[in-house]
Amino acid sequence: MENTITNIIEKYNNDPLRLMDILIDIQENFGFIGNDAVKEIALALNMSEVDVEQTITFYHFLSTEPRGKYAIYLNNSVVSIMYGQKTIKATFEKEVGISFGQVTADGSIGLFDTACIGMNDQEPAAIINNHVFTKLTPYRVREIVKSMRQGKDMDELINESYGDGKNHLPSLKSMVSSNIRRKGMVLSDNYVYGSVTKLMLPNLSPEAVIQEIKTSHIRGRGGAGFPTGLKWEFCRRAKGDNHFVICNADEGEPGTFKDRVILTEKPELVFEGMVLAGYAIGSDEGILYLRYEYRYMKEYLEDVISTMLKNNLLGSNIAGIDGFNFDIRIQFGAGAYVCGEESALLESLEGKRGEPRDKPPFPVEKGYLNQPTIINNVETFATAVRIVENGGEWFTQFGTEDSTGTKILSISGDCLFPGVYEVNWGFNVNDMLDMVGAYDVQAVQVGGPSGTLIGPDEFHRTLGYSDLSTGGSMIIFGMQRNLLQDVVLNFMEFFIDESCGSCSTCRNMPHVLKNKLEKIINGKGVKGDLADLKEWSKVLNASRCGLGQTAANPIISSLKNFRHLYENLLQRDKEFDQGFDLITSVQRSCKYVKRVPKFHPIE
Amino acid sequence: MSNLVKFKIDGTECMAEKGSYIVDAALENGIYIPTLCNMPGVKPKGACRVCSVRINGRLMTSCTTPVSDGMEIESNSADILDLRKAIIELMFVSGNHFCPSCEKSGNCELQALGYRYKMMVPRFLYDFPVRKVDASSPKIIKDQNRCIQCKRCIKTIKDEQGRSLFAFHKRGHDLEVILDQDLGKKITEELADLAMKNCPVGSIIKKEKGFEQAIGRRMYDHQPIGIEDK
Repeated sequence: MENTITNIIEKYNNDPLRLMDILIDIQENFGFIGNDAVKEIALALNMSEVDVEQTITFYHFLSTEPRGKYAIYLNNSVVSIMYGQKTIKATFEKEVGISFGQVTADGSIGLFDTACIGMNDQEPAAIINNHVFTKLTPYRVREIVKSMRQGKDMDELINESYGDGKNHLPSLKSMVSSNIRRKGMVLSDNYVYGSVTKLMLPNLSPEAVIQEIKTSHIRGRGGAGFPTGLKWEFCRRAKGDNHFVICNADEGEPGTFKDRVILTEKPELVFEGMVLAGYAIGSDEGILYLRYEYRYMKEYLEDVISTMLKNNLLGSNIAGIDGFNFDIRIQFGAGAYVCGEESALLESLEGKRGEPRDKPPFPVEKGYLNQPTIINNVETFATAVRIVENGGEWFTQFGTEDSTGTKILSISGDCLFPGVYEVNWGFNVNDMLDMVGAYDVQAVQVGGPSGTLIGPDEFHRTLGYSDLSTGGSMIIFGMQRNLLQDVVLNFMEFFIDESCGSCSTCRNMPHVLKNKLEKIINGKGVKGDLADLKEWSKVLNASRCGLGQTAANPIISSLKNFRHLYENLLQRDKEFDQGFDLITSVQRSCKYVKRVPKFHPIE
Repeated sequence: MSNLVKFKIDGTECMAEKGSYIVDAALENGIYIPTLCNMPGVKPKGACRVCSVRINGRLMTSCTTPVSDGMEIESNSADILDLRKAIIELMFVSGNHFCPSCEKSGNCELQALGYRYKMMVPRFLYDFPVRKVDASSPKIIKDQNRCIQCKRCIKTIKDEQGRSLFAFHKRGHDLEVILDQDLGKKITEELADLAMKNCPVGSIIKKEKGFEQAIGRRMYDHQPIGIEDK
């Protein structure tokens, strides 16, 4: 065992900046990162043991305790629950004989909850030893557990058909489906990979590439919407020994899965976009930061990279341009939503906890390894290729004035055809619901938990940076759903689980708000509680990053648009209620000391 | 003189060296902005958020934001004062801070800020979390009940090889600052003193020295934290 740990550490040159890769490799080889491993890493990297552990304990998929020969991570996000996650969870617990959060005594099977794994269009889904199992049913769960009991290989557990599109390829062999239901310029099949790099780049200056991007007015597709052309220009002008191109493929916003589809079906386009960016800003190194949930794509994406190397679309003197060298490597996260925030992503890339950095300085000036760095979304890079191919001016004919081009939406929830749809910006919500076959809709969550929850009287609104801004996550809720109990509470729990904890506001406030929300849901709320929720939420504006600043959005937007749901739960005859229930508390404490409480009626 | 920039805090004209952080620049001009996680000479992290001010409509931490020419800073408006008070209250309800029985009482910055911001009863419900006390080191006690996760010990308490004695553990609402079991056993007298001194609350206490300085003779027993505003 020691030898292998030594080998893994040496594989990454005893480099503390590669601590994440070291930890992931050890976790995969041994199923956990034990005391011995921590000691050895600490010694080799000249760190204290707690310093190594602080990175391990930050990430959901890293563990200092064994997670089992088969580690099962079942998605507990809202759409998974809508599609029967509770039954699936109960079936796993019954068949395996343990509760979630535990590992069987023989160390064979571990059961764990996990946040949205990017499979909202094929829930309930689970990750088992880096393989994604979609559309789980109780029968299938029994079958899977039986195979595990027999000690079968992972390949033998995958006895279903593979998903659509490229998921059947030998390097993928995945049960995931791409479910592309509407194609635009990014998802279309009319682009010949490498043609922009080979035919156009040799005749374009880096400034000319940036100019086309600026003319197109494209804004970042990850959600924040910063103008891409400006970002590239700032970075090109920033002084540094090296410049870096980072592709943010950490899509963790519950309900979004379009980056997974783009990377499955159009990885060449994404990598070519990174090459263009590298040429534009003067960089020779690109990194794809891929969320660990998509680890199953590793071999496939590495194959694509090596094919591009062979074809001179990556590597040295690309497309015959003297001195233009650019390589791409893949580095993984390990389960942390906050790492989608660009500066937290950089920390993670440098082997640390994913805590967002203070800004300024911005990454375009001091990013990865303190060098000028651009970080763009998967979709932004893919779109950039089509912009350079056809010109920035051409691009502006799609979409609206302030939101040019197309947007790829991840649509899921209560609709007939969940999947990925590429539409022009300016699409309205009513059309979207008709497009996906969604009827009797109570609400739509636009932009994931950090976005807005809207009701039918706002379905006329349009998607765009100045109206309904979205990174692509659209979750539809039918009339049968209990929005406060099933949606808002679930989202608040998500934010509590995913906070890095660095800011006192984001560490403490969501928990306080959740308690208040539960008080209302439990029928103990009074009118003043609604005012408190609204007022207290403002404290989160003092947080460093977008996660903290938006962590109260599920409550704020439901309070604004579905106030009647809250008001219906309030006690009308009371001005004050501290939320304490004597009878429940006595019952609970009696249970621990095995006594039966006796209650006397109050006169 | 070219290194000086002019800026305003709540309308008051100020001047400071270019690139200095707002919190320091304010102090030079006789204006106090409260801090908890910040320490002079140590790279700031903006963890506690108590020093939040408003610039161009956005809340920023004054310990991490450098002043620039013409900057207009809003610091002592009613809503920012209440925000700071709410942040302090949140820290009180999220831990177990029982001042009368705490060795650090009177030298505690959190307690002192509670007084300065006239905290009576927190608006939030007490959480009363179950937290541990680590007394495994021969020289110090790490009491998680009182920790406010400011990171000051993580940033400043290192051994001669530069290794941190303290580090974060887990994340979010479960976040803790823990002591390295191995290095904690070998901690020197000087480092133990420094650890207790650098902790703004009573989470790091030197064994058998907690009450060396009598209550009543401590820093904030005689004067409030910070300076009086002009």
